[in-house]
Amino acid sequence: MTILPEIQILNRLGKQFIPDVTEPNVPGPFKGRPEISLERVDEEALASLCPTGAIGKAPVRIDMGKCVMCGECAFAFPNKVKFTADYKIATNVRERLIVKEGDSSPILLDESNVRAEIRSLFGRSLKLREISAAGSNADEAELNACGNPNFDMGRFGIEFLASPRHCDGIVITGPISENMAEATQICYDAVPSPKIIILVGSDAISGGIFAGSKALDRSFLEKYPIDLYVPGNPPHPLTFVNGVLELIRKRKA
Amino acid sequence: MNIQENFATLKNQGTLPLQDLPTMPYHEYFLVADHLLKQESHHCVNNYAYRTGTQIRLICCIADDLNHTIKVFSSLLDGTTPPRLAALSKTHYAMHIYEREISENFGIEFMYHPWPKPVRYAWNRADRTNIINNYPFYRIDGGELHEVGVGPIHAGVIEPGHFRFLCNGETVLHLEIQLGWQHRGIEALFLEKSKLLQRTILSESIAGDTALGHSLAFVSLMESLGDVSVSEQLELERTMALELERIAMHIGDLGNVNIGMAYQLASSVFGTLRTPVINYMQTWCGNRFGKGLNRVGGTHYPFTAELGGKLSDLLNKIEATLEPMADRLFSLPSFLMRAEGIGKVTEKQMRLIGAVGMAARVTGVRSDIRQSHPFSAYKKYTIDSQTLEQGDVWARMMIRNNEVRDSVRFVRDLSKRWEASAPATTPIPEQELTLTPNALCVSLVEGWRGEICHCAVTDDQGKVAHYKIKDPSFHNWLALALSLRDLEISDFPINNKSYNLSYCGFDL
Repeated sequence: MTILPEIQILNRLGKQFIPDVTEPNVPGPFKGRPEISLERVDEEALASLCPTGAIGKAPVRIDMGKCVMCGECAFAFPNKVKFTADYKIATNVRERLIVKEGDSSPILLDESNVRAEIRSLFGRSLKLREISAAGSNADEAELNACGNPNFDMGRFGIEFLASPRHCDGIVITGPISENMAEATQICYDAVPSPKIIILVGSDAISGGIFAGSKALDRSFLEKYPIDLYVPGNPPHPLTFVNGVLELIRKRKA
Repeated sequence: MNIQENFATLKNQGTLPLQDLPTMPYHEYFLVADHLLKQESHHCVNNYAYRTGTQIRLICCIADDLNHTIKVFSSLLDGTTPPRLAALSKTHYAMHIYEREISENFGIEFMYHPWPKPVRYAWNRADRTNIINNYPFYRIDGGELHEVGVGPIHAGVIEPGHFRFLCNGETVLHLEIQLGWQHRGIEALFLEKSKLLQRTILSESIAGDTALGHSLAFVSLMESLGDVSVSEQLELERTMALELERIAMHIGDLGNVNIGMAYQLASSVFGTLRTPVINYMQTWCGNRFGKGLNRVGGTHYPFTAELGGKLSDLLNKIEATLEPMADRLFSLPSFLMRAEGIGKVTEKQMRLIGAVGMAARVTGVRSDIRQSHPFSAYKKYTIDSQTLEQGDVWARMMIRNNEVRDSVRFVRDLSKRWEASAPATTPIPEQELTLTPNALCVSLVEGWRGEICHCAVTDDQGKVAHYKIKDPSFHNWLALALSLRDLEISDFPINNKSYNLSYCGFDL
């Protein structure tokens, strides 16, 4: 009996999904949550290394909302700064993205700050509209990967949809260009309430390497509370998936 | 000397003292460009303007693809009252986009320009009262004609752009593509953010899907201006990374077109095959897109024998997975019906609009910087360069399939050469560089989409006075527009995915 080539291909492909997305270790020198030791260093030299001004002094701290994960600080001061492979770095409070020296605790969601309707309405199904507002297509590619056969966030009821009318919130990537400011507002307004806002990537959270550009208009972000910050350049799909699962409190498919 | 031969010549990624750059009145500049562009062996790799004091300097870089050189010349214009100039686009249509950009940014009018429209609504454009919502679209009138507008926000998780279809019933007469939504002011940021590391990270963010291509163009340019040489071993590493970017994106795009065709098996197989490639980049340098790898003068992530072993496994896996799926796909009648003859463009059209890279190669145009102006390890080792004739969706998929196979063989070959090369200590990246003052450098790299061109000019202090970036999509969006003629709107997604052009690379 001849086997159809499709069946052979399927057999070869096998199972691709990650059974538990909260568990896997990511390979290589991945840069996740940093740990800053209490060793004394020239803080000025350390801070001035950073391309996005993410490093603060006294105490030494790294703002993950600004960090573009280049790791230059860790190369120059290896005993002071280490990037761990901990990719669970999304949170709902902006200040929690700032990692201080001597603090190696994980970055967690502030439960008291999660709106009640998020858990009651979106816990079993969360449909999102993605707005690329001058995103570089790396963040967008990783968000697409969240729905691929490996990460498969669709199993948790989390999906990106085409129409904002059918969605429960928006996800913004990119530093928000002046030319996209109006479209971003129109899209947000088209989502029925209650609705959430998720910022993905350092560009969206702080402007990242584009902070200060005269081509940006970030006034949209001053108007509304942000429900989740997902840092990274771009964030790993596991950072996004785990961050959203924490937000809606969904752990099992 | 003949007036038409008044240009300076440099090699790809070579540096030219500004005093050697011929500067002439515009009518002579026009004649030199016209003379060079009449030769099929030449094509324009950049033609741009920037302000210097009260003047505007025009710089034209025309590549001689036969002799592997770049011919450059310049003109100085009065910047206080923007002049009216004769358009090169009238006779050399490929120049249209350069002249549109110069016109939008500096208020210079190009007479007889066939299509004098805004390009991207940059924040520093000449007329700030022109806003993106008032773009002057082509219009048609008639009882059976209608227009369909799509975007800037699209159905999928992709970047924003506006597509305006002019239709007669079901048939698309013309598609007009309006961009600029993604404009981040990145060229100006290259001057405002003056640290070398800041600029390197900017170069990785020009187009996040081409982080390695654009950053290689940048670091090579800085190394040329800073007179820094890198080891052959590092060049091998950079070239392997660039080819891995091509492999990952081409495989991903094969999957994406299949999503557009609703062929689930191929979209899953190609989609999941991209994952180990980008995960390999993460194993190498910590980032799935290769960010962090290319640095000026050295790298933080030198290649190792251990990485070489994993690379070998990866390349074997790619071949073993790609081949059966591609063979099946390209023999499926339902696939062939959907792809063959759809979105066809011709060699003549691609030459006219100055299309570059794989979008041009599928019509038989030999546009490949790796061969015409070799850089990095391509100077020593040649990769096969594919061309096809058909110019349709099928060809844009087949060339990806072919190029992945070529790149796999090439990377395998380079990694063996890396193993055989003398072990060297890779230096850590330069923190700051002293650049040659009053100089011009042109850096060409063949990214996975095609020709990337970065140009920089330094002032008398050795500071970067102007930085110019060109992504292949700058030319190729018009190819997509031409592909759509006489198709249906429902053919748009597979055509769009078969090109997969960059919005942010165009909008800058």
